[in-house]
Amino acid sequence: MNKSNASKTPLIRIAKRADMPRWKGWLIRILAVLLALVVDGLLIYAIVHLNPVEVYRAMYEGAFGTSRRAWVSIRDAVVLLCIGVGLAPAFKMKFWNLGAEGQILMGGIATAACMIYLGTSVPNWLLLIVMAVVSIAAGAIWGLIPAVAKARWDTNESLFTLMLNYVAIQLTSYAVACWENPFGSNTVGIINQNNMAGWFPRLFGQTYGLNVLLAVVLMVGMYIYLSHTKQGYEIAVAGESQNTARYAGINMTKVYLRTMLISGAVCGFTGYICVAGASHTISTNTAGGRGFTAIIVAWLAKFNPFIMVIISFLLTFLSNGSAEIASRFNLNDYAAQMIEGIILFFILGSEFFINYRLIFRGKEDTHE
Amino acid sequence: MSNFISLWQAAITFGTVILFGALGELITQKSGNLNLGTPGIVYLGGIGSLAGAFFYENAVEHPSAVVGVIVALICAMLASALGGLIYSFLTITLRANQNVTGLTLTIFGSGVANFFGGSLNKLAGGVGQISVATTSSGFRAVTPLSNLGLPGKLLFSYGFLTYVAIALAVLAAVFFNRTRMGLNLRAVGESPATADATGISVTRYKYGATCVGAAITGLGGVFYTMNYIKGTWANDGTMESLGWLALALVIFASWKSLNVIWGSYLFGILYWLYFYIGGLSRYSQELFKMLPYVVTIVVLVVSSMRQKKENTGPAALGLSYFREER
Repeated sequence: MNKSNASKTPLIRIAKRADMPRWKGWLIRILAVLLALVVDGLLIYAIVHLNPVEVYRAMYEGAFGTSRRAWVSIRDAVVLLCIGVGLAPAFKMKFWNLGAEGQILMGGIATAACMIYLGTSVPNWLLLIVMAVVSIAAGAIWGLIPAVAKARWDTNESLFTLMLNYVAIQLTSYAVACWENPFGSNTVGIINQNNMAGWFPRLFGQTYGLNVLLAVVLMVGMYIYLSHTKQGYEIAVAGESQNTARYAGINMTKVYLRTMLISGAVCGFTGYICVAGASHTISTNTAGGRGFTAIIVAWLAKFNPFIMVIISFLLTFLSNGSAEIASRFNLNDYAAQMIEGIILFFILGSEFFINYRLIFRGKEDTHE
Repeated sequence: MSNFISLWQAAITFGTVILFGALGELITQKSGNLNLGTPGIVYLGGIGSLAGAFFYENAVEHPSAVVGVIVALICAMLASALGGLIYSFLTITLRANQNVTGLTLTIFGSGVANFFGGSLNKLAGGVGQISVATTSSGFRAVTPLSNLGLPGKLLFSYGFLTYVAIALAVLAAVFFNRTRMGLNLRAVGESPATADATGISVTRYKYGATCVGAAITGLGGVFYTMNYIKGTWANDGTMESLGWLALALVIFASWKSLNVIWGSYLFGILYWLYFYIGGLSRYSQELFKMLPYVVTIVVLVVSSMRQKKENTGPAALGLSYFREER
């Protein structure tokens, strides 16, 4: 290669990959996660001087060490999974539903209201059904409001849904103030502690058995809906190109409204699982940022509910594990968010190497 | 009257946080990058200033307020620009999705800030809450003009960053409308392919605008940490909510930096109004705290109903630019 030619060619060029075998793509993603775990390990070492191998052993103990801890992790992962499942249709349509937090809280408020006002006056099975229906309706309405504005006036949905989160948070604060128990504590306390009305019954001998069952049903249902129904196909087309969708005669208004109704409904239902199946109380922390984390779960899984399971468990392992390390060293557990952020950065960056390839100067002929 | 003064002062304080945040995001968005990481960057700025001041005050025997302020500002701008750099690298070089990257930055920033905010003092072997009183007093110092009765209270009773924020917003307006560089930046945001064809380096402008924007957004966190909570740390999520409001304000101000000035103070008033409306019970106060968010929603909907061309954002906002994919 002569000199003038070399100076014209940049050192690295980027070209789109034609098609990478699936397993290779997943190998790159797994490598990215491993790399991120190394970086996280070093970071934790720098802060608490615990050697990285020891760090991950402690994290494993924290997340899955005892059967009680394992079930707590399963409970948390299931919630993340349900929200991810709820967000998948909206994001597949490229509707930026950043409002899962609010939709969960609305479902949670509805559930808590039923538990408080209906209590033992109806049989428990009926109460559980009523709570489910009301929470689904509450979440669906909260999801539908921005969809109407988007369909009608093309209002920016990401900010609309974000602001609705804060409206929902204030509604929750209001509800908490109204239902305060004991008076002056500014919390609702455990609802129906004596009679356990509206609590999820034990299933398969496990406290959180029903949570898992519901999540599996949602997951399988959403998988079938997205990849094997006409409506799921419409969502996919609309997400790829709105013009194509219109040309194909798909009614975008209808798709927006229907999809957000489903997305909000599943998130509202997750609020029901959070309140009736886990915390038995309601607070502004009921969603606890998981509405945002789940966006990333759904996105990274490419909206495939089965892959979401893996990512939900990975993130839960990290957050519950680092909470354990934090408490061991008497630090606060925001460390989990920091570690989670680093992992997500790495996975996001790894997508580039799946979609593109780098061509170094002078290597054109040897590559493919 | 005293109620009015204290509402005004509270509004200016939170307004300044929002002003910095929105101004930084505005500069970022002009380059076509929609950075949802604003709350995270505000957090990074806040913790950057606190950590810098903390190590400085611990290292020397008699810390001086002026040096503390300088150290805090440098650390804060570095920390937040670093956040912008991570975002830029992922979205511009590695072509990751802007929204998802931004959200991740928010998670990361809030994690880093709240972790170190709560643990820094413990890690350094101290006890109790972290506090950098000397540096904070430097940020909160006021001129003798603040003693001039009512005008002094209304206009001159704030730390110097309040005026820096306004000056930056005016400078940004001049930059966008009167300089070659500002024009180039707008071209990158409107139509990167055209800008590229005329020889403007799209990548360089996007990186530059995002990192400088992030550094300015981070000053919002500095103001909150040093002026509002007086050099300590509180992880109650207020900084995050102010960050989201800043993001909304960019649309509210229809991407004009002079509108950002009054818009941010208006948001400040809306934020605190519940506190000054008489006769509210504790319950209804919670409902009135919705005000800034509800107003934002109404503005969003109304402005989308009457689509005016000059009020919309950069045409290529949120879209990544790849030369090969033209």
